[in-house]
Amino acid sequence: MSRFLTRLLGHSSGRIGGVIVLAYILIALAAQAGLTPYDPLQQFRIDRLQGPSMAHWMGTDMFGRDVLSRLMIGIGQSFLVAFSSVGIAALIGTLLGLTAAWFGHLWDGLVMRLMDVLLAFPAILLALLFIAVVGPGTFTSILAIAFVYAPIFTRVVRGPALSLKARDFVDAARTFGSSTSYILTRHLMLNLVAPLTVQVTLALAWSLLTESGLSFLGLGTQPPGSSLGLMLSDSVNLMEMAPWLLVFPGLAIMLGILGFNLLGDALRDILDPRSRRAVA
Amino acid sequence: MSRLLSVRGLTVGFGRGDTAKTVVHGIDFDLSPGETLAIVGESGSGKSVTALSINRLIDDGGGRILGGRMEFTTARGEVVDLVSATDRRMEKIRGSEIGMIFQEPMTSLNPVMTIGRQIEETFRLQQGLGHAAARLEALNALERVRIADAERRLGYYPHQLSGGMLQRVMIAMALAANPRLLIADEPTTALDVSVQAQIMALLAELRRETGTGMIFITHDMGLVAGIADRVMVMNGGRVVEQGTLDDIFDRPQHPYTRHLLQAVPHFSHGRHVRRDVSPGGRALVRPALKVEGLTVRFPATTGLLRRPAGAIHAVEGVGFELMPGETLAIVGESGSGKSTTARALLGLVKASRGSFSLHAGDEIPRRKPIQMVFQNPYASLNPRLDVESLLAEPVLAGGVRPDGDTRKRMMSLLERVGLPSDSLRRYPHEFSGGQRQRLCIARALMVDPSVLVLDEAVSALDVSVQARVLDLLIDLQNDLKLAYLFVSHDMAVVERIAHRIAVLYAGQIVEIGRADAVLSNPRHDYTRRLIAAVPTTDRRRDVFRLQTEAVPSLLRPRGYEPPEAVWAVCGEDHQVLVEQRAMMGEAR
Repeated sequence: MSRFLTRLLGHSSGRIGGVIVLAYILIALAAQAGLTPYDPLQQFRIDRLQGPSMAHWMGTDMFGRDVLSRLMIGIGQSFLVAFSSVGIAALIGTLLGLTAAWFGHLWDGLVMRLMDVLLAFPAILLALLFIAVVGPGTFTSILAIAFVYAPIFTRVVRGPALSLKARDFVDAARTFGSSTSYILTRHLMLNLVAPLTVQVTLALAWSLLTESGLSFLGLGTQPPGSSLGLMLSDSVNLMEMAPWLLVFPGLAIMLGILGFNLLGDALRDILDPRSRRAVA
Repeated sequence: MSRLLSVRGLTVGFGRGDTAKTVVHGIDFDLSPGETLAIVGESGSGKSVTALSINRLIDDGGGRILGGRMEFTTARGEVVDLVSATDRRMEKIRGSEIGMIFQEPMTSLNPVMTIGRQIEETFRLQQGLGHAAARLEALNALERVRIADAERRLGYYPHQLSGGMLQRVMIAMALAANPRLLIADEPTTALDVSVQAQIMALLAELRRETGTGMIFITHDMGLVAGIADRVMVMNGGRVVEQGTLDDIFDRPQHPYTRHLLQAVPHFSHGRHVRRDVSPGGRALVRPALKVEGLTVRFPATTGLLRRPAGAIHAVEGVGFELMPGETLAIVGESGSGKSTTARALLGLVKASRGSFSLHAGDEIPRRKPIQMVFQNPYASLNPRLDVESLLAEPVLAGGVRPDGDTRKRMMSLLERVGLPSDSLRRYPHEFSGGQRQRLCIARALMVDPSVLVLDEAVSALDVSVQARVLDLLIDLQNDLKLAYLFVSHDMAVVERIAHRIAVLYAGQIVEIGRADAVLSNPRHDYTRRLIAAVPTTDRRRDVFRLQTEAVPSLLRPRGYEPPEAVWAVCGEDHQVLVEQRAMMGEAR
């Protein structure tokens, strides 16, 4: 584990990505613990639409609420959605991909064709469709994003699982009479940890973007809650008057995605044995 | 006569800076035109690196030539130092002056181009021939390497040809421009014995015809005997000994050479079989494994609609008995059904018909009476599990929670197979190939089986390692009264370990009996062919015969049932299948 951390810190994009992601998580936790400069819902009527100042580092919005406080809460909200949706997607996708590869035949065909159909739609469109059916809200957007990204995990797992299934050590396990669940968890899953870790990190970046998109369209987090996408959509009409309302949440989204992408690239380099030499 | 190649102080290394490592330490050798030099050594001896350095392909492999000179005399009489030649110059020399054949013919050819086009390409690039002329040359080249029906084969894709055929294609391409030097890097290691014999025969014939100088790289001392004029033995990146074939074989000076020569399993036509189980006692004990009429068929389909076209009869009516403490070797070439037989016994493939019964011995109730050791120790251990988890698996699979006793058993088995006692916490990649195979054997023994199926269990190991693992297996067998089903293509190895031999051909046992009887007095044509193809150090300058006969297809029409097997008894415990005319007609 410590060797893994050393290698991650030795990788230049891993270092940057790791610091960004860690900083975001700390911010989100701090906001959750109430460590924001102001109450994010408190309205300073007199100070409406003020630019950044010493009192309000990122200015105030049209209701006089502190942008920095709302941004911190928003990051927490966006991360909550991103992590839980990717978690669910990874769980479902892995389960489907693993069983499709292992049992093959009809189940494989059924699962994979369904995934092909889902992958044929653009992510945001599919999420929209899902929300249109279920109704907007934070919880729905988590489910929607999980639903959209599960096919990617299914594919990522099925390919390597198929090649692992044909390896001699799996045959050996079968000759011992090991149970299917033992083979799936110990022999297949253990060898799939590396590709899954990479995929989870990269999917976090996409799901952060999708969440922002959904909230921007008013289908994710509902006011008066705060999320990065919601902050953008609230302030889009005030763009010329109060550009800071757009700039800060926009930067927050961009940096977050950059962080996850850099981290994902670094993990891919470190965990993939084929490129290990190139790193060393 | 001037020298073709003269190498002085060749030093090759990999990596740069702190991680730099020298793998070839200043080697010298000479090669005259038309002469064959064999470079022999085990994995890691630097023999392949030396070969790749000669045509400077090592530059692409991450290595660097650190010093020395390699003077090569071209066809026009110029002397070129291959170490300092420019890349452009090397491109001209490669192919037209120095040809190369690699170990894996399957991966050396482009799978999406017909072999005809690939051969033509060599002619077009190297001799600037036009399309029609190149095609004619390609046809000639295929005929030169004795490929029957060459015109039709030009239109084949690599996957449509067998490994032996592909290696011939590779040889044809390497010889396309009449190079003065041919480098063959383990050209037959990936092939069956009888195919290997044919490739060796072809190389010897071509050498006589063309007068090409050859550097032949191998780990197999037996092969060297048939082809080399001079031998160079390498170990750890250094030349330990070089000399003429007779000098090396009859008067080896260096202990390592002697060690290599001793480690080669000598095939002696059944004179050195094991005699530690008395054949008379067979009738008295119950067999540990009894197989009757084992048949495995895979359905074959044709066309887009996947209509059933019949079945591949991979194993057909195989039956034998295996006594406790006895080794039955199953020999045959790839496609003969020997591995399928083993896998069917372990339940890895489903038997279509037939039965087998295991008798575990009366004393203790056994948990899992049959276990298997696979060919490739690198693939049969999960790289992410430590040794303790690996060894615990068969126990867990039997529904038993590992406890202190299990741990004690692990320790004693590790010691028994000759692995250090601190191995439990280590991972497979920390072990060498031979150690991994010992680990696999220990794992199979965890549940105290009565029958061990060894599927080519020593084929992937270096000769000296192979010899030690065989000794271990024999010791274990004698101590634990294990019955071995030893699947192998290597007759010399089989002779060392087998009590009885079953020869499998096209899915059927064609000959079965006591090892000495089968090896010294083979009755079936196929057994004779297999034995004739074994390369040994005793068969120096024996000319390998060329054959073009192919293994018959195992695809049979729907509903086909083979005729009842008729056995001819030819001695005590020695039977041979009587070939039936109908079947032979089918096979042709």
